[in-house]
Amino acid sequence: MLSILGSNRKGTGNHRVSAADTLLEVRDLRVSFATRHGPLPAIDGVSMSIGAGEIIGVVGESGAGKSLTGSAIIGLLDPPGYIAGGEILLDGKRIDHLTPKQMRHVRGRHISMVFQDPLTSLDPLFSVGDQISETIRAHLPLSKQQARDRAVALLDAVGVPAAGERIDHYPHQFSGGMRQRVVIALALCTEPRLIIADEPTTALDVSVQAQIITLLKNMREERGTAVMLVTHDMGVIAEAADRVVVMYAGRIVETGPVAQVVHDAHHPYTRGLMGAIPTIGDDVDRLTQIDGSMPRLSERTGACAFCPRCPKAMDVCRQFQPPLVQVGDTQVACFLFGGEPEASQ
Amino acid sequence: MIHFLLKRVGHSIFVLLAVAFLSFLIFQFVGDPVASMVGQDTTTVERERLRSELGLDRPILIQFADFVARTVSGDLGVSYRDGHRVSELIAQRLPATLELAAVAAMFALGIGIPMGIYCGIHPDSSLSRAFQAISLLGVSLPPFVIGIMLIFLFGVTWRLLPTFGRGEVVDLGFWQTGLLTSSGLKSLIMPALTLGLFQMTLIMRLVRAGMIEVLGTDFIKFARARGLGNLQIYFRHGLKNTLVPVITVVGLQLGSLIAFSIIVETVFQWPGLGLLFIRSVQFSDIPVMSAYLLFVGVVFVTINLVVDMLYLAVDPRLRTMS
Repeated sequence: MLSILGSNRKGTGNHRVSAADTLLEVRDLRVSFATRHGPLPAIDGVSMSIGAGEIIGVVGESGAGKSLTGSAIIGLLDPPGYIAGGEILLDGKRIDHLTPKQMRHVRGRHISMVFQDPLTSLDPLFSVGDQISETIRAHLPLSKQQARDRAVALLDAVGVPAAGERIDHYPHQFSGGMRQRVVIALALCTEPRLIIADEPTTALDVSVQAQIITLLKNMREERGTAVMLVTHDMGVIAEAADRVVVMYAGRIVETGPVAQVVHDAHHPYTRGLMGAIPTIGDDVDRLTQIDGSMPRLSERTGACAFCPRCPKAMDVCRQFQPPLVQVGDTQVACFLFGGEPEASQ
Repeated sequence: MIHFLLKRVGHSIFVLLAVAFLSFLIFQFVGDPVASMVGQDTTTVERERLRSELGLDRPILIQFADFVARTVSGDLGVSYRDGHRVSELIAQRLPATLELAAVAAMFALGIGIPMGIYCGIHPDSSLSRAFQAISLLGVSLPPFVIGIMLIFLFGVTWRLLPTFGRGEVVDLGFWQTGLLTSSGLKSLIMPALTLGLFQMTLIMRLVRAGMIEVLGTDFIKFARARGLGNLQIYFRHGLKNTLVPVITVVGLQLGSLIAFSIIVETVFQWPGLGLLFIRSVQFSDIPVMSAYLLFVGVVFVTINLVVDMLYLAVDPRLRTMS
């Protein structure tokens, strides 16, 4: 499988990230679920890299494996899911086979995660200051007072007003958007270099969504924190990401700079996704939709998983899985753009 | 906060008045007190005179107010059976029941909570399954069966433990304790086990279910993503979040330990309040029965009040709501 290291031109940033700045690299990741009938592959050979300070968007519909990729990276796959193959490297060192204790020091310290629902991400019985302090003290040798000072500064930095007072408040005393800010403060509190944000705006009001996206972008500017932004919302990706990875049925179907993918997508699936975004001013009666649904895990075959829904499917698509091939700045897994048939399993 | 407490105390007083009314009614329903005090050849005039001397001809609400006033001042009447003051009888029997209930509760909490935590963290391990199987026995076997089995094994077959009574007690003046002598402690083992076994298995199952539920929540997953250690996740975040339902049930169960130790006290001839109550029923000793009813009411109301305060201590959401 090709690496996508080469395609690191930034869409919104004005500087280039060289291969030396690669923070996280995922090579040929495979995740399976153990079942009574043997392993059920859910992620099938995903490779991607994230540069320092880069915001990379991972899109796809529910079940495409985008959240699963995030959970695998941070070592929090829920059983019966497990990493069946591939490598995950942080700063060139493998982190996918660390002991639970070693992995715990990576989690929260170097890579942290933000989940979809800020209402349920915080422990209701502890004040937000308690939760931030305990995270800081789990990783850094600071005193209680130092941790608390740092927590106040963080809450202030993520835009919680009157942080010094709010720090002693409990999660239920915050609104949804404020709670997501607190969650982001928690994710940032040890200055990790990568945040995996799993649908961080899905549960929020649209107006609050924009604030949270702006916050993540600001954090990148101020602290150089890279973000892996997992979402099904192309609008969020277009707004925030430098590069985008489009996933479908456990594989990457297209990846490239965000401007390229949003405005000039190659893969029929990506084109379909873009067509599904309504534009203000367009007078359309019906939104474009992609007919059919993604094959279930147990229904996946050796063919291109998208071909049953693909308007341009060819014979070869029904027999083989397309590899990623370079097309301009992007990489596409579609036989329309060449690529030798690659038998899979 | 204070408003909430005052409201709670108000509720409690109301409940206690209702209980007092019930125990007052026992006197009304179980026969005419005058008839049981006088001979067959007493004239109607004399009966009526006695009735008005005792205040029994007044309206029922006045009589009830009088009853409440006497009860509050500690006068619970005189036992029909032996003429002792009921308040003295209860004070005499209370230590035995409280010690039994306390030891049973410590056993139930001390074993039940750790077992529940273990089963909640490792729901599929073979030890958990064994605990689950044992707990099924504890939940389904009635205490008198367990008590008699224990007596048969440890008392009769192996002769390790005494089969009845409290053993030697030490009189501390206001309190007779069996906890300071070896025979007292030995006598306590089997009744406490019997009384606490059901509670222990109940608590274990409750903690287990709570832990499994809490450990599956988003905030625990987020706590893991923050890189917290297992101890912090299981005990600081996991256990504390299971506590609210556990406190509720444990509170009520502790109430039943004290109030309904009747069966265990009967099986082991434990000289506590339960035995006193059973005897009073046999002799239709109404003042004792009525006082016991009041006592049970006070126990439950007090425990509920304490449980409500513990909620406040544990869950900040309740603190701001009130």
